[in-house]
Amino acid sequence: MRKILLATLLAAGIAGPAAAAESPKAPAQEWSFGGLFGTLDLASAQRGFQVYKEVCATCHGLYHLSYRNLGDIGFNEEEVKAIAAQATVRDGPNDQGEMFDRPGRPSDRFVRPFANEKAARATNNGAYPPDLSLITKARADGPNYIYGLLTGYGDPPPGTVMGEGMNWNKYFPGHQIAMPPPLTANGVTYSDGTPSSVEQMAKDLVTFLAWSAEPEMEQRKRTGVKVILFLLVLTGLLYAVKRKVWAAVH
Amino acid sequence: MANSASTTTPAGHDEGGTRRDFLYLAAGAVGGIGVASAVWPFISSMNPAADVRALSSTEVDLSPVKEGQAITVTWRGKPVFVRRRTPEEVKSAVDVALADLPDPQPDQARVKKPEWLIVVGVCTHLGCVPLGQKSTDPRGDYGGWFCPCHGSHYDTSGRIRKGPAPQNLTVPGYEFLSDTSIRIG
Amino acid sequence: MAQQSQSALIRWVDHRLPVFSFMQHELHEYPTPKNLNYWWNFGSLAGIVLVIMLVTGIFLAMQYTPHTDHAFDSVERIMRDVNYGWLIRYVHMNGASFFFIVVYIHIFRGLYYGSYKAPRELLWILGVVILLLMMATAFMGYVLPWGQMSFWGATVITNLFSAVPLVGESVVTWLWGGFSVDNPTLNRFFALHFLLPFVIVGVVVVHILALHQHGSNNPLGIDRKGPQDAIPFHPYYTVKDLFGLGVFLIAFAAFVFFAPNYMGHPDNYIPANPLVTPAHIVPEWYFLPFYAILRAVPDKLGGVLLMFGAVAVLFLVPWLDTSRVRSARFRPVYRQFFWLLLVDCVVLGWVGANPPEGAFITIGRIATAWYFLHFLVILPLLGKLERPLPLPTSISTPVLKGGGLAGASAAPMEKP
Repeated sequence: MRKILLATLLAAGIAGPAAAAESPKAPAQEWSFGGLFGTLDLASAQRGFQVYKEVCATCHGLYHLSYRNLGDIGFNEEEVKAIAAQATVRDGPNDQGEMFDRPGRPSDRFVRPFANEKAARATNNGAYPPDLSLITKARADGPNYIYGLLTGYGDPPPGTVMGEGMNWNKYFPGHQIAMPPPLTANGVTYSDGTPSSVEQMAKDLVTFLAWSAEPEMEQRKRTGVKVILFLLVLTGLLYAVKRKVWAAVH
Repeated sequence: MANSASTTTPAGHDEGGTRRDFLYLAAGAVGGIGVASAVWPFISSMNPAADVRALSSTEVDLSPVKEGQAITVTWRGKPVFVRRRTPEEVKSAVDVALADLPDPQPDQARVKKPEWLIVVGVCTHLGCVPLGQKSTDPRGDYGGWFCPCHGSHYDTSGRIRKGPAPQNLTVPGYEFLSDTSIRIG
Repeated sequence: MAQQSQSALIRWVDHRLPVFSFMQHELHEYPTPKNLNYWWNFGSLAGIVLVIMLVTGIFLAMQYTPHTDHAFDSVERIMRDVNYGWLIRYVHMNGASFFFIVVYIHIFRGLYYGSYKAPRELLWILGVVILLLMMATAFMGYVLPWGQMSFWGATVITNLFSAVPLVGESVVTWLWGGFSVDNPTLNRFFALHFLLPFVIVGVVVVHILALHQHGSNNPLGIDRKGPQDAIPFHPYYTVKDLFGLGVFLIAFAAFVFFAPNYMGHPDNYIPANPLVTPAHIVPEWYFLPFYAILRAVPDKLGGVLLMFGAVAVLFLVPWLDTSRVRSARFRPVYRQFFWLLLVDCVVLGWVGANPPEGAFITIGRIATAWYFLHFLVILPLLGKLERPLPLPTSISTPVLKGGGLAGASAAPMEKP
């Protein structure tokens, strides 16, 4: 059995995603959703949504989420409706065969900031702001990396030749990122009075994005605990039965 | 020794046998619970998903519908008949004796405003869409709808009058948001 | 049981369709060596994982859309909107990895105990056929979510066939149904990913048929001499297999519920983009050793041939191994080489996970050379040169008078 475990670990270790070659690994942060029993800090996720809405949403989509999903992080039905109604959704065709704009509904997906990738590149210096709904799953060590990226802006080391419109970032692969520093201290006024330092906003935003990438996380871990406890009991019983059945053979 | 082991059955009722029976029973029961609970997620996954459930209401603008006309809108993937009835149609629907109906229901119980009849356009027999929405359609013997599949006749209240269908056309849950718009679902 | 059954119904059915007699014969009467250790659990375990994969796969197929415009979104819809969709997908996704873990252990058990030797050569060959089918199925399944790794994995692997002289390009175009990996490719991969598991089931049935002809090999590698060496499969091995299944499920659940993406690659959560290749493309971990062999050769055709050769050589193992002693327990030298081969495969996997630069190239080549050396040179020579330890006379009486072999004296039941 020990060998199996070893083989499993070896196999798994090999599969571990390779870190980006040239940039330092972003330091690990404490996350409410980390660990075996971690749960989402809902207040933080709600603040993170505010940061997303006020800062990121101009360029980054959240396509795999619908407004109704915001109920999961503690917004009530009225709040969700109000948030959805702020969006303008293109619908149609109507009876005249024309597309028309209407306010969003909870069942609508988050509206994309650009009509398509080409439009996005045209307004962003040729860079394509990626959709954020899966971003923490789509990057190695996602939450720490995103946090590092958001807080890792700085002046380039002397002698660096920066590309046109590029910004220096400690953790971005290649260090030159098209996105200007998105967060500035007090750039967002939190309704719950939390001071909005860059670190606080980055942390809240990552909490929100971690939820948007893995909305099933809490249910998954809760179910997992139950399943494993159940399996331990069952396996114990099966072991006892096995001992009984085999007793005469020994 | 192996031979004796192979012929031992779990039915022996010495002391060890009782304990063994209990163990078998316990393991079997716990295993059974496990299998049963593992089946549930699969069954559940075939039920409507969250995005499907979220789409369960439709808003309809009634203003373009003139008296005597009908429109068909889609709600949960099914056609919903919205008919603006003429006073004669309302009268014929109200005047029917309940005793004459296979599925007795007064017209008042099937409408919120007598002018507007809103029913799910699916025949209660085997799910075809009855004819009668267009003025050129056959509307059956009772001036409502006629299902071409197996010949069910519905009246101007969408009630079954003749044919194999067992029930009246279903009235969906809806509310008037204003005089000229409704939300179904 | 069936003939003397109390139930008239059972007797009635059995007289017309002998399913009960068959079960009685293949489960209850089927004689199994009484000394099988826990490494023998992995065969039935693989069968159960196959069933788990089939069931989860069919339910996923009910929600999945095989179209380049919708595949990625439909998988995300499964993860977010379908009831328990995340559970079913994570079980399927991690199930693939665990299927390979189980099957690889099953194969190495066969190599250690010489389970491929006469009269079980066809049994072994059928097993290698199953491995090949599994690889094809897993590869095509990985393409379906239509993420970056799906797309580029499909591109790279299908391009292997372009190494075929003369017709290579045409073959690749035919595989794609176009001039690049695109919607027709995705559609046919979905169809084949659905079909192949049932082909695997078919070959598994034949595999079991071949197994039941002579019964299981055993840790001592000697034939059963009589009834005293055997016990009925049921209840002894059914309950032992069930216990093993419990242990397996605990490990499986740990990954599914607490580290579901650990064995995956983050890039596959980025939708496929035919214009941008990810910086480091690697196959799923279970293909890494073969990937390392592919890259060990600087020649395109040579690399492809060698990679397929790495599996093909397994077909020949029953004849490459010239020793008449089955179990490595009585082959002290072979035993050393066995562990060396295992280490070699792990090294190949490690090399496969790393970019082909610097020392990795050299290590990869040495490990590749060793892999083939083991099967093509060491195995045939060892059978002639090695002096095996004395074999016990039977499974029930493995007593080696005066033998200094500690392991064998405890042989009748290795760990319970």
